[in-house]
Amino acid sequence: MQQMISIKALAHAYNQDKKINFDDWQVSKGEQWLLLGNSGSGKSTLLHILTGILSPSTGQVEINETEIYQLKPRELDRFRALHIGIVFQRPHLIKSLTIQENLLMAQSFAGLPENRNRIQEVLESLAISASSHQYPSTLSQGQLQRASIARAVINKPALLIADEPTSSLDDQNAGTVLRLLKEQTELNQSTLVIATHDQRIKEAFTHTYTL
Amino acid sequence: MSPLQISWKSLKSKPLSSGLNILLIAFGTGILTILLLASRQIGDKLTQNSKDIDLVVGAKGSPLQLILSSIYYMDNPTGNIPLEDAQRLSRSPFVKRAVPLAMGDNYKGFRIIGTDSNYIALYQLKNASGQFWKKDFEVSIGASVAEQQQLKIGDTFLGAHGLTENTHVHDHHAYKVTGILQKQGNVTDNLILTNIASVWKMHEEPQHDHADENEHEHAEEEPAGNREITSLLIQYRSPMSVVMFPRMVNSATQLQAASPAMESTRLFSLIGVGIDTLQWFAFLIMLIAAVSVFVNLYNSLKERQYDLAIMRTLGASRIKLFRIVIEEGLLLTLTGTIAGILLGHIAVELIGSGQESSQARLSGLVFLKEEIYLFAAGLAIGIFAAIIPAWQAYRADIAAILAKN
Repeated sequence: MQQMISIKALAHAYNQDKKINFDDWQVSKGEQWLLLGNSGSGKSTLLHILTGILSPSTGQVEINETEIYQLKPRELDRFRALHIGIVFQRPHLIKSLTIQENLLMAQSFAGLPENRNRIQEVLESLAISASSHQYPSTLSQGQLQRASIARAVINKPALLIADEPTSSLDDQNAGTVLRLLKEQTELNQSTLVIATHDQRIKEAFTHTYTL
Repeated sequence: MSPLQISWKSLKSKPLSSGLNILLIAFGTGILTILLLASRQIGDKLTQNSKDIDLVVGAKGSPLQLILSSIYYMDNPTGNIPLEDAQRLSRSPFVKRAVPLAMGDNYKGFRIIGTDSNYIALYQLKNASGQFWKKDFEVSIGASVAEQQQLKIGDTFLGAHGLTENTHVHDHHAYKVTGILQKQGNVTDNLILTNIASVWKMHEEPQHDHADENEHEHAEEEPAGNREITSLLIQYRSPMSVVMFPRMVNSATQLQAASPAMESTRLFSLIGVGIDTLQWFAFLIMLIAAVSVFVNLYNSLKERQYDLAIMRTLGASRIKLFRIVIEEGLLLTLTGTIAGILLGHIAVELIGSGQESSQARLSGLVFLKEEIYLFAAGLAIGIFAAIIPAWQAYRADIAAILAKN
């Protein structure tokens, strides 16, 4: 099976005294993984490395069979836009843009033509199509989280990464977000990695990588 | 969704601070536009009206007043001069052409000028309809006079004493319109021209009038006697006259010679102090506007650090973030600059429509190529104000920003 993530001999030094080493890790295409670890264990650091926004001190990182830190900065930006979708703990949509414009922006940054049908399709699959012309400040927390998932999957990324997506949610909402992430992953035939210290969702995954 | 649209949306989401920045820039640009338009139009009018006139000879007094009254028809004359003296000067070998002027009356604020055919030659006047005056009390009227007073060939009107409206009307003689001049774009558009004899006769006692006055020919054909005129416009015969003639007039006669070029320069240097002060004031406002745009963008950047980091995770390159911030600065300053230029033109048009003196009326409908410099200044201020915030956006460590949040 084709590999989506492969890290080898990976380490990141925050400074001279603090360095973190990561075990080698291979994730196959279409798998769903949980990245577990306590606060300060290096989850976010690993996610930043996987998404190409933090260069590791040593080691090799391959995403979708591309050694991403061998890419030039502009190529890495484009690679990220086309192959990786990220969902953050807080939705953090751009406040000055409507939901639809937030999604159009994601298409534009990937260098893709504007595709409003695709936006409508994604928003409908997440049950927020009625809010497409609303600004983030007018939406509920649940709607915002759905919109942030929509933004992450709009370009059909091969790898969907979520950083603590359920930590600040109650059980019901955490369950919904988790369901939506899994649904979208399957819909787009993507690979899912969720970084969390939230023990509530541990049972929903068969693959875990612990830090 | 281009970077420009993102920038525009960002500005729209902060209407108060964006509006204040635009207002500041518009205010500074507006003042500069008004100064540019006014000084250029005044300068052009001064040059256009005094073109081909080397010297003005009139009664002693303020030389500037003599120039203003005899070339621009904007002030009262310094007095009258004997016709005999004027004729003697006209025959001087230094003089190529001498144009006598006799003033004293107006029609609804438009000055009635007694002169001769030299005036027609000096300003290269042409008739749009009718013919030039031939007999006493026949007049050729400027294009603006005809337009504003709805006068046509054959119409008659009464002149009033003095140079402004609402004064004593000379009801013993009526002027008759025989010609309407083509639009010249200079002071002659606002004048009523007749022969000098008409002006003299208008001010004589009615009983002294001849019954057959219309049979009279031009004043210059009559003996000078005690007759007086207001001033004499002189064209030199040779460059040597520049040195000799004014000195001769000022020292050897009771008259005064004033150079339009010199007095215009003096007038501009007097006005120039005010213009300079206003210009510095406008520059100061522009500087404040630039600082204000910088502070706005800098603070906004601090608030939007996470937004920009999110954009990077969505694949926006560093250069795209740089563009978004720079374009925000440019949008602010260019909107302000365009608004300022438009406001400047509207203000000049309003000032022009409220001006009493039709000779120097300003127009806001004139666009100068120098206004492109105001656009350039707007661009420069936008880039200057946005460059540091844009560089910070470019250099932002997104991993650190995301970790902090």
